[in-house]
Amino acid sequence: MAKKFSQEHEWIELEDGIATIGITDYAQQSLGDIVYVELPEIGKKLTKDGDAAVVESVKAASDVYAPLDGEIVEINEDLDVNPALVNEAPETDGWFFRMSLTDESQLDELMDEAAYKDFVEGL
Amino acid sequence: MRYLPLTRADRASMLETIGAASVEELYHDVPDGALLDAPVDLPGHLGEMQVERDMMALAAKNTGASSVPSFLGAGAYRHHVPATVDYVIQRGEFLTAYTPYQPEIAQGTLQYLFEFQTQVASITGMDVANASMWDGATSCAEAVLMACRATRRKKAVLSGGVHPHYREVTETYCQFSDTEVAGRDGNPEQQATVEELDDLIDDQTACVVVQYPDVFGRVQDHTKLAEVCHAKGALLVVVFTEAVAFGAIKSPGSFGADIVCGEGQSIGNALSYGGPYVGLFATTQKLVRQMPGRLCGETVDQDGKRGFVLTLSTREQHIRREKATSNICTNAGLCSLAFTVHMSLLGEDGYRRLATLNHENACKAADALDAVDGVTVVNDSFFNEFTVKLSKPAADVLEVLVDKGVLGGVPLSRLYPNRSDLDNYLLVAVTETNTDEDIAALADALKEALA
Repeated sequence: MAKKFSQEHEWIELEDGIATIGITDYAQQSLGDIVYVELPEIGKKLTKDGDAAVVESVKAASDVYAPLDGEIVEINEDLDVNPALVNEAPETDGWFFRMSLTDESQLDELMDEAAYKDFVEGL
Repeated sequence: MRYLPLTRADRASMLETIGAASVEELYHDVPDGALLDAPVDLPGHLGEMQVERDMMALAAKNTGASSVPSFLGAGAYRHHVPATVDYVIQRGEFLTAYTPYQPEIAQGTLQYLFEFQTQVASITGMDVANASMWDGATSCAEAVLMACRATRRKKAVLSGGVHPHYREVTETYCQFSDTEVAGRDGNPEQQATVEELDDLIDDQTACVVVQYPDVFGRVQDHTKLAEVCHAKGALLVVVFTEAVAFGAIKSPGSFGADIVCGEGQSIGNALSYGGPYVGLFATTQKLVRQMPGRLCGETVDQDGKRGFVLTLSTREQHIRREKATSNICTNAGLCSLAFTVHMSLLGEDGYRRLATLNHENACKAADALDAVDGVTVVNDSFFNEFTVKLSKPAADVLEVLVDKGVLGGVPLSRLYPNRSDLDNYLLVAVTETNTDEDIAALADALKEALA
């Protein structure tokens, strides 16, 4: 499935019912050098727009919100040792966590790539 | 002009916003017995000379710990503080400098904080220490909260060897964060075994807290306990009340502690009626982002020169607001400076010698007291403080000792008011300030009082 995007600058990619989530290239550029990512524990239940993770850059610490309802099934442990992955490859190797979804139809509320591009240009 | 911080309308609107009916309701957590509902009962105003005279008369009613042979301890210890400490901490650059709001402009303050942290980390055997906490008891409570954050669990197991006041403070902190505090009652005659503590650890246990040396003065190696904790995903928190001890006993870091915290008063700071003191707090590199408090780091400026900054501030509430690791936003500045100056004067050798002197004096005292009829030294091991069992209630015996001009120690009934089984036990602390004559005076006075 093609990537979806949230207004909180997260990308979501669904594969076999599991959504992979990270922050967008725009987000990592705005944050600057990322020094730490605090990820949720596996098994944690998330609600849409609730706290999911924390990303800390040399400029600020920001919350990452859950774009969808669901449960954490996997976290990117590489970020523990190399948080700069988020800067280097935000939308591939720098993913944050994977979650199973309670309601896949929530995906329809998110933006596609073109809409997100317009959204960012309007900021 | 009068300073009017808030109007009645301001106050009403603030109360409405937070959903409290009255200011009194905000304080409903304060126990009734502790809440003052009438003006303080004091005499009317007097001239300066008369006030001075009255205060002197009040002060003369005290028996100062430095004026007689004193063996008081139980969490606060009288040590010799070199005059240099007072001189340095009273320099205007330090004395007037509160934690600076533009911290990097105060390089001198940051440098001593960095040295303070280095000293705390090295005596506790840990990777990193913060710029200090309020005192030992709040450090202990913050350690429990930190362990809960780090493990995402909600239960703390406190060993019976933890000072009961530290336990109370920890329970107060925990009651508002749904954290369960479990543990055993203290017993001077029997130490909890690793197996007994192990039984209390479940899959919700964030940490086990032990005191080292414990409240009864015993020194126990916790290597095995650390392994047991780690096997169950819990952290080991080691608390201490006597920071001089680590000059003579293994550091908690060496047996695998995850958080080490306690009271730093005994280095550089006088007893001064119980405060202000300075909380020490150290942890591992792995857990540093969960640590409360300010943290000073070393760096280089744009010209490559060594300099200091406050670092990892994203843990703190001026950045993370309600998601901060703690509501602490400063440190015990002057007391931590006194600690640093005293420590720097001692150096590593001096620190070890000071610890050795303490232990030697305590050994002499234990031998002298054990020889007295009606006195039994309970401890198998100790650093500079130990528990004795008397043939009569300790509180009564101490009253007799005071009349003989000896402060004989702290009765366990003071620490455990609801434990009549501990009435005959006395906690005796002996430091480098106690002379052979002091020890003889204590032994003689006990001999007479127990005869």
